[in-house]
Amino acid sequence: MENLISIFLNSVFVGNILLAYFLGMCSFIAVSKNIDTAMGLGFAVVFVLTITTPLNWMIYYFFLAPGALSWVGLPDLDLSFLKFIMFIAVIAAIVQAIEMVIDRFSAGLYSALGVFLPLISVNCAILGASLFMVEREYTFIESVVYGFGSGVGWMLAIVAMAALRIKLRYADIPKGLEDYGIAMIVTGLMAMAFMLFSGISF
Amino acid sequence: MKLTSTKFFRTFSQPLWGNNPVSIQSLGICSALAVTVQLKTAVVMGISMTVVVAFSSLLISLIRNRIPRNIRIIAELIIIATLVILTDEFLRAFYYDISKQLSVFVGLIITNCIVLGRTEAFALSNPPHLAFIDGIGNGAGYSAALIMVAFIRELLGSGKFFGLKILPGIFYTAGYEDMGFMLLAPSAFIIIGLMVWLQKTWVKNDTK
Repeated sequence: MENLISIFLNSVFVGNILLAYFLGMCSFIAVSKNIDTAMGLGFAVVFVLTITTPLNWMIYYFFLAPGALSWVGLPDLDLSFLKFIMFIAVIAAIVQAIEMVIDRFSAGLYSALGVFLPLISVNCAILGASLFMVEREYTFIESVVYGFGSGVGWMLAIVAMAALRIKLRYADIPKGLEDYGIAMIVTGLMAMAFMLFSGISF
Repeated sequence: MKLTSTKFFRTFSQPLWGNNPVSIQSLGICSALAVTVQLKTAVVMGISMTVVVAFSSLLISLIRNRIPRNIRIIAELIIIATLVILTDEFLRAFYYDISKQLSVFVGLIITNCIVLGRTEAFALSNPPHLAFIDGIGNGAGYSAALIMVAFIRELLGSGKFFGLKILPGIFYTAGYEDMGFMLLAPSAFIIIGLMVWLQKTWVKNDTK
């Protein structure tokens, strides 16, 4: 249990997938101009990450990992090189499926998340979390917690950024640094602040 | 006609400076920054990226009239993912140490906005030779930005250039210290931000 809490807190704060590993920057810069949309995209990312990370865990350990196919009598087979293509296919399929399910059952949720879902299949954070999950050899439960934690961390970062950018509208920024340039510098400062969490031990 | 004004040349040179994918279009920063602590990894990452963009643009441009419109994203992703797998296997076979350092970031080329962006925006509507050149240009522009950041970070962060100590020892005896901050994640954001500033000011003056 303690282990799970530490994975969760680590993925939200210290090892924040956006601020420490730079994943999901493209949509982070593009969508952080408004708090509401940032919130919507953040929720969509949490949702998709919590589903795809454990799903990819199952696919990896039941089909792709070295020796994983011993249950069909092929103990020497190592298909781990296929993980990139499998993961991205799973993510694209799941995003599409989630979109259809939400559309069918919850009109309110669909109007809130619908537009963001297609954006998500090419969000680096989603694929990145799956690849980190393999690299760090998490167990199934850990991968659920890690997926959820990364999503929450990403959402926290983008919502904070959107709030900062609204304040920045009234700031007098040098020409050329406006918009994208200042967004990067603010992100840098925010990443610095998040690094302070690494002093906390659980 | 001057060489610099042919379409061929412009396709190549535009993404290098005036329309650089990282600093002007703000694409592909995702994987760019994590590999820039050292020059070596940045160079390898840049080359891998260039290979993937160039060949995926070429291949997609070759079959662009055969891809049905509504499944084009899947078709593009499959071609890109295949190329990334080949690159990853190659690195693992010949440059194992570097591939360990790059860890998941080679795989993340798949979701790099530059690759999908170029195939969507350029390769689908242009002939193969232009698409290939466009891919190389964008890859080179990406590499240039990466190498610039990595150069600054490695020099200030550990006083090295490609892993060789180039700052003379006298600096250190005189009280100079390496800037540990440059090795941490936030510095990359700030360096990119400053680079964008510099370049935007510069490019604007060019066009006037």
